[in-house]
Order: sequence, then C-alpha cells, then structure tokens
Amino acid sequence: MTKIADFHAYPDAHGRFGDFGGVYVAETLMEPLAELTEAYNRLRNDPSFIAELDRDLKYYVGRPSPIYHAERLSRHVGGAKILLKREDLNHTGAHKINNTVGQALVARHMGKTRIIAETGAGQHGVASATVAARMGLKCVVYMGAVDIERQKINVYRMKLLGAEVIPVTSGSKTLKDALNEAMRDWVTNVADTFYIIGTVAGPHPYPQMVRDFNAIVGREARQQMLEQYGRLPDAITACVGGGSNAIGLFHAFLNDASVRIVGAEAAGEGIETGRHAASLAAGKPGVLHGNRTYVLSDENGQITETHSVSAGLDYPGVGPEHAFLKDAGRAEYVGITDDEALEAFHLLARTEGILAALESSHAIAQAMKLARELPADALVLANLSGRGDKDVHTIAAREGIEL
Amino acid sequence: MKTRFERRFAELKAAGRTGLIPFVTAGDPLPEAVVPMLHALVAGGADVIELGVPFSDPMADGPVIQHASERAIARGVGLKTVLGWVAEFRQTDADTPIVLMGYLNPLEMYGYERFATDAVAAGVDGVLLVDCPIEEAHVLEPLRAAGLDQILLASPTTAPARMERLCKASSGFLYYVSFAGITGSAQLSTDDIAARVAAIRTASSAPVAVGFGVRNAGSAVAIAAFADAVVIGSALVERLAEATSVDDAATRAHDFLAPIRAALDARKG
Ligand SMILES: Cc1ncc(COP(=O)(O)O)c(C=O)c1O
Repeated sequence: MTKIADFHAYPDAHGRFGDFGGVYVAETLMEPLAELTEAYNRLRNDPSFIAELDRDLKYYVGRPSPIYHAERLSRHVGGAKILLKREDLNHTGAHKINNTVGQALVARHMGKTRIIAETGAGQHGVASATVAARMGLKCVVYMGAVDIERQKINVYRMKLLGAEVIPVTSGSKTLKDALNEAMRDWVTNVADTFYIIGTVAGPHPYPQMVRDFNAIVGREARQQMLEQYGRLPDAITACVGGGSNAIGLFHAFLNDASVRIVGAEAAGEGIETGRHAASLAAGKPGVLHGNRTYVLSDENGQITETHSVSAGLDYPGVGPEHAFLKDAGRAEYVGITDDEALEAFHLLARTEGILAALESSHAIAQAMKLARELPADALVLANLSGRGDKDVHTIAAREGIEL
Repeated sequence: MKTRFERRFAELKAAGRTGLIPFVTAGDPLPEAVVPMLHALVAGGADVIELGVPFSDPMADGPVIQHASERAIARGVGLKTVLGWVAEFRQTDADTPIVLMGYLNPLEMYGYERFATDAVAAGVDGVLLVDCPIEEAHVLEPLRAAGLDQILLASPTTAPARMERLCKASSGFLYYVSFAGITGSAQLSTDDIAARVAAIRTASSAPVAVGFGVRNAGSAVAIAAFADAVVIGSALVERLAEATSVDDAATRAHDFLAPIRAALDARKG
C-alpha cells in the first residue's frame, strides 16, 4: 500500500484516482466530455460562478444544514454520541440537490437547453426536475421500471415539476440500466443536452464534479464540529450507493488522520446470499459506466444484478474515488443488511422523530455499530442523506400493511 | 508477415471492390448456429466479420443489439465460448479476418494477458472495444504485443487534432461512425460523412470502414462512394433474431448479405 500524502490532490488531469476513474466511453463522447471538463475547470475557479453557487445553496437549498445530536438514540444504543448531518432538511429532501444546483449552473453557462438525468430512488430525478423547472429547461429523467414501481411518490413529484419520466425496461430495470439509457440519449443529443449524473460515477469529470458539489457537506460539518464540539469527530459514516453523499461528507476529513472513515454499503439479504449491492466489500476491479472501479460482475464480465431494499443503493458499481480510498486503506467499507437498515429506520423514528430515507438508514445502522464500540465521550458523525417520506410505501408493504 | 487485415484490404484494393463487414452478436439467435452463420456470411460476400461479444451493459448500442446481447447472455455465452467458436470457424476458413467487438469489462475479468494468448490461438485478428478510447488503451498492451490489432472508432464529434492521433494509433482499419448516436438508429447524411472520410484520408493511409445507419444495399452503395468498407450490424441482427433453426439462421445470414454484395460489386463497373 503506497502512502498518500494529500488526499485532496486527486484526481489527476486524466480523471484518475490512482488505478481508478478515467474516461472509458465511446469515441463520440470524448469531445463533449473534454468540453465539459474545460468548462467545469474554468467555472470552478471563477469567483462569480462560486458566488452564484453559494447564493443558490443558501437561499434555494437552505444551507447550511445543521449537525444534530441524537441524544435519545445515543442513549438507547449506549456508547458514543451519535451526531447527524441533516441533509434531509435540504430543499427536496436529500443531498442530491447540492449537485444538481451546481450542474444546472454549469449547463446554463454552457448554453445547453435540455437536461437529462438517471435516477434510482427518484431523489436525484426530483432534484434534477427541480433545478430544470427553476431555470426553464426541458428535463427528461430515465428510471428503471422496477424503481418506478417502488418509488411512485417521487415519479409523481417529477411529473408535477414538469419533467418527463421515461421507464427503462432493459437489463435489470434498475439504476444501472437507467444510466445506460441516459448515456445513449446523451450520445444522440449531445449538441443541446446536458447530462446531470446523480452520483460520483461515470466518466471524468463527473466523479470529480459531483464530489466537488457535494463536498460542501463535509466542509460545513468539519467547521460545525470545531464550533459546536471544539474538535473533530472520532468516526464519520455515510451510506454508499454510487457514493456521492459519502464522498461529500468524507472529502473534507480525508487528510485528518485521527478521523476514522466508514462507508456503509447495502448488504441486502446478506453478502453471503449473493443478494446485495456491496461493490466494494464483495466486488473486484472492473470497468463500468465510463470508469474503472470496483464492480459486481460474474466471471464472464457480465454485471450482476443487485439487491437492496433501498433503490438508491441498488447499484453494482461505485464511484472510483471510493475504490481508491479503499485500496489506499484510508476508508473502510462494510455491509449493512436490509433488516439492520429497517431496524435503524424505526429506532430513529421513535427516539428522535425523524423518518430517514432507507438509504440513509444504512448510515444510521452503521453509526449505531460504531457508537457501541466507542467510549461515551467519543463522537460519531453520520450523514443523514435524505428523508424517508418517499419510502413509506415500501416500508408499509414489507410489513404487510396496506395504505 | 502480413496480417489477415493487410492481405484482405490489399486484395480488395487490387480488385477495386468495396469491403463488406457484417456484425453479428455471438450466441444470437442460437449458440449452435454461430459457426454455420459465420461461414454463410462469408459465402454471402463478407470480407471481414465483426463478432459481438455479449455484454450486460452495452451503453453504445440500440435496442436491437441490446436484446441480442441479453438473449445470448441468458444462454450463458461468454468470452470463452466466443473464442471457441472462432477457433472452430478457423478450422475451415484461414483467410477472413475476425474482429471481436464489445466492451472492456469481459476482458478485464478474463485477464488481458490470458485473453491475448487465447485470442491469438483461436485465430482472432483484432478487437474493437467501444468503451476503450486511446487515452485508456494502455490496458491493451498485452494484446498488441501478441499481435492483435486494435480497431479504433472515429466519430462526427472527433476534432481534427484528435483524428490525427486516432489515425496514428489505429491498426487493421479505422472505423468511422457515421453519426453521433447509438447502433441501430436510421439517420444517414452521406454528404457530411464523405467530407469527414476525405479528411481522414489526408491524415492516414489506413483503410476506412464506415458504419452506423447502413441498413441495406442502397445505403451500402451510397457509402461505398468514399469508404473502403461498409459495416452492417443492426439490420442483420434484426433479420437473424427470428431464425428458428441452425439452417434458417445460416440461410438468413447468406440471403441478407448476398444482394448487398451484388449491389456493391455492380457499382464498381
Ligand atoms: C437519500 C439518499 N441517500 C443516498 C443515496 C445514494 O446515492 P449516493 O451513494 O450517491 O449518495 C440516494 C440515492 O438515490 C438517496 O436518495
């Protein structure tokens, strides 16, 4: 394992995080991606763009989001203090809006008139439809037919916001297939269309750009920890689907060696059953959706179907920066099962009055495990990436309740 | 020693003929039909064959090839099976170049070194990997070292400076994608393509094949006015999809290609 001096120095100019990342796409997309990279590199250093973004984050998204001490939950669990970064309080109810607000501004600066997006849980689709409505841009969202069924409320929200939702019926009919379909749309309509990818996956510059737009979460949290607690947390954790909320929280802490970093992947029905979506914990390096990363794949190189109770974690790849952090030994990635996530969901609801998204419930479950291991004066910070309203039907159905 | 590509394109040039390159997805419609189908394509006039390696997430393909891939995968077809078919085909055809077309992950899982050895042993001539642009092609070094050609794609969005780099890096032939889109779409503007192919010719002496949007004899002849070879994929895969037996698949393959071959040959006179 090579020692990394500065985790903030990645990716390199080719979009590589060590052995991971890069640009593995069809030739037709090379030039558009180069244009996007150039535009993004110009804008991210442009004070007027930064000011514009800051304004939107403050007055439209509602940032900063607070850090909340979940006292009753902590007491119930026993052990360290559990603190929650409340991304669920953002406009549209999840961290996803941090990214779409940023990418929509990039799209406008590039003169694009049509937005496309892929979505799993529908949170990114809603966040994309939201910013498109606000800017008067046309918006098309690709969503797997299976996910449309289990995230009906978000599908309707997108429609209310004026977006067109296109069901994807190829492959496993979930998030990965929606991403394929959005890529196909982009290749075909690249002249007027901006593709807002919803997580830190895809070809360069997406893993970097999406990370940068979500890194506000960790920057705020680090500052808030110092202000509210006079020190950094002992451990931080977040759920990992593609990995955007996780890298958003982790990034500001990567060079703080005292902070333990743990990503919670979806272990579904248990990693040993094969029905899971734990790409880092159980996969191997491969190439998917434009980058080299850990993937779940069979020996023929076919991407395998995943399972998670939460649509947003049901993805067989993961952002390349997480693959890099795993191999560098800077972050650990562990599995949380459907049952553990649901238990955490209920416990948080009853002890704190917060309905967490099923995705975020994986982070809560992991925070509970960490808290149990640590002494009472330790601080565990979890990213509460989104609110659970969208999941009420799924939870009711699992418990045999008809609404 | 000359490669099969070099020999084949030299023959075509000497005869003043346009090359015909059919694409089929390996394992569709019937795994047992693949080798008879390849021979039938040659009998129908194929000069080079592109054999698609099925992949679960074919990002650059339209519905026709997606579904063909899904059917092949459902029957358990993988890279190893495909190499076996090529070896079988080579027992009775030593001359027709074969390009494996597909995506990188199956090779990643197979292992590049092992793939290079096995592919050369089977009689594969080159690879066309849709999601492996020149920037990432270092991973294919073992393939090059073993003598496999890397066929590169150029597209309408490829800028001139990049086109020069592609021409330099490509081996076997250069594949020009006629429009920005996915396989199987039907849009073809031969004027634009002619100008782009002319630009490629100033940068490279490599043979240029043109594909995407070629569906029949008419569009093949239009492309032949300026290309060294035409590639036909989705229209053929669509025709093969409904085949009900090995003989039916082979007959369909032959009967689809023969009139296109005839039209191309009639054109040169
Ligand atoms: C609330 C919430 N958290 C997490 C995720 C997972 O995505 P990521 O890993 O990119 O944060 C999603 C995805 O839809 C989500 O809606």
